[in-house]
Amino acid sequence: MGMTVVQKVLARATGRRMVAIGDVVEPAVDLAMSHENAALVINQFLEVYQGTGLEPKPWDPAKIAIVFDHRVPAETPKTATNQKKVREFVAAQGITKFHDIRGDEGGICHQVLPENGYVRPGHVVVGTDSHTTSHGALGAFAFGIGATEMASVWALGYAMTVEVPGTIKVEVTGALPDFVTPKDLILQLVGKLGAGGATFHVLEFHGDTIRAMSTSGRLTLCNMSVEAGATSGIVPADEETLRYLREEAGVADDVEPMAPEPDAPYERIVQLDASKLEPQIACPHTVDNVRPVSSVAGTRVHQVVIGSCTNGRLDDIAMAARMVKGKKVARGTRMLVFPASGRIYQQAVAAGYVGDLMRAGAVVMNAGCGPCLGVHQGALGDGEVALSTTNRNFKGRMGNPASEVYLCSPAVAAASALTGVITDPRDGGAA
Amino acid sequence: MSRARVVLALDDDVSTDQIYPGRYMATVLPTETPQFAFADQTAFNALLKSGGVPVGSVLVAGKNFGCGSSREQAVSALKGHELVIVAKSFARIFLQNAINLGLKLVEVPDLVAAEGDDLAIGLTELTNLTSGRRFGIKPLPAARQAIMDAGGLIPYTRKRLVGRSVVG
Repeated sequence: MGMTVVQKVLARATGRRMVAIGDVVEPAVDLAMSHENAALVINQFLEVYQGTGLEPKPWDPAKIAIVFDHRVPAETPKTATNQKKVREFVAAQGITKFHDIRGDEGGICHQVLPENGYVRPGHVVVGTDSHTTSHGALGAFAFGIGATEMASVWALGYAMTVEVPGTIKVEVTGALPDFVTPKDLILQLVGKLGAGGATFHVLEFHGDTIRAMSTSGRLTLCNMSVEAGATSGIVPADEETLRYLREEAGVADDVEPMAPEPDAPYERIVQLDASKLEPQIACPHTVDNVRPVSSVAGTRVHQVVIGSCTNGRLDDIAMAARMVKGKKVARGTRMLVFPASGRIYQQAVAAGYVGDLMRAGAVVMNAGCGPCLGVHQGALGDGEVALSTTNRNFKGRMGNPASEVYLCSPAVAAASALTGVITDPRDGGAA
Repeated sequence: MSRARVVLALDDDVSTDQIYPGRYMATVLPTETPQFAFADQTAFNALLKSGGVPVGSVLVAGKNFGCGSSREQAVSALKGHELVIVAKSFARIFLQNAINLGLKLVEVPDLVAAEGDDLAIGLTELTNLTSGRRFGIKPLPAARQAIMDAGGLIPYTRKRLVGRSVVG
């Protein structure tokens, strides 16, 4: 029996020739990422050393990444103080992969890591954020963990009690139609599998649609794999991965792609035909409550959000900008755009997208998580409806349990911003 | 065998946003997070804070309890009230966080229980004393049980660290 990509990654990371599904392993970690919750990780890390007589020192500061993104710039003195403590720890420990609140190198962790070439095919990546699954887009095995588990990784350099997960193969064929995007594909898949349908499993993406897809689109797919409960999503590295690493992430050293073996043991194969896909939308209050956009067209929208680790990259912003250029956001609807990183923000300025969006009435905010998780910026009023390119629509997600959140692609979001109601982008958008 | 009353019954897919809303995430210390447990369910939150929920009381839920964010506050907040969570299934990160921090979870795939029911929780079986029905408990994987037995991930890691420094 052959091995899936994740089995191969875990075999390498444990120095074994092979690992079987269900084996409990302790893989060496290549990259350990945290955001503001590094404040809690530090607290737990220091507690690990209590009474040991040992000096608290992370196993390898070069493999730790810390990126401020959830509350940037700080919204309260409490957050600012947490961030200050993290900065002090970073300086004391010599952590170099630190991305502070800056327009040049800051942004959302799940964008900052790939665009700086920190993530490579075959890596084991852990992050104190559930959307760490994103990094599977580069052929890494990447999964979310809690702060205490991260403290343990900082101390030891490996993750404990990792069960080698089974894999669901997702095979996607056909070209995506106009105005239909990777976001629609992953929404459809989450709807099909259900919110817990892939729990303790990995989604491994294959097929000509995936091969033709940019790394940006693959990041969207892997990002939302966790919304089906998956441990991770993964796209086996290919020529596009190498192109991205060389041209966009500035990686000059050798990169070794890792492919599944032909007789890899898939527990299940899910086939999707991209050519027949319509724009999709996840309705309140679960991500698997997915329907074609056409079925809820006309629903009044008070706030449109374009951004996040799911859909805040240059192609997402470009699509929105092209759709609203020369038109106007509907009165009574707010359109907020959050680029995923400072680098993307600069590219969007240079390409003229930011100007197009602002002239249409959109507000372009600083790079970061923005209103996605309801802690900072873009709060919703009682009874208001948000249409968002983010990844979660749980009750209260955007900070107000008396509001509703729908999830969609940037195309649906931009088309709807122009009309003020949920609109199928294939219908032209502007009223 | 422990006996306890169900103080809250919830459906499938209870998210960490419901358990611990994102706006309180700047609060990180386990000593401070319990006040925000189920903050948006104001009546239950008030009951918890009033001390009206006895230690060891049970919260029951459907499938995929704790889905969403990796925020550990969702676990430390419940742990602070010494609640026991009985659900049909748990989301992966929440399950691991609970084991790491020592929050008691019981996975009962066929569970039927309502608010006010009294439960007897054994090692392999849960009895709903109110309805008289018995349900099988899905055991924790052995590797995770070792963390529970050590008293959580911090002592478990500490032991490894000290062991390593002695050896090497």
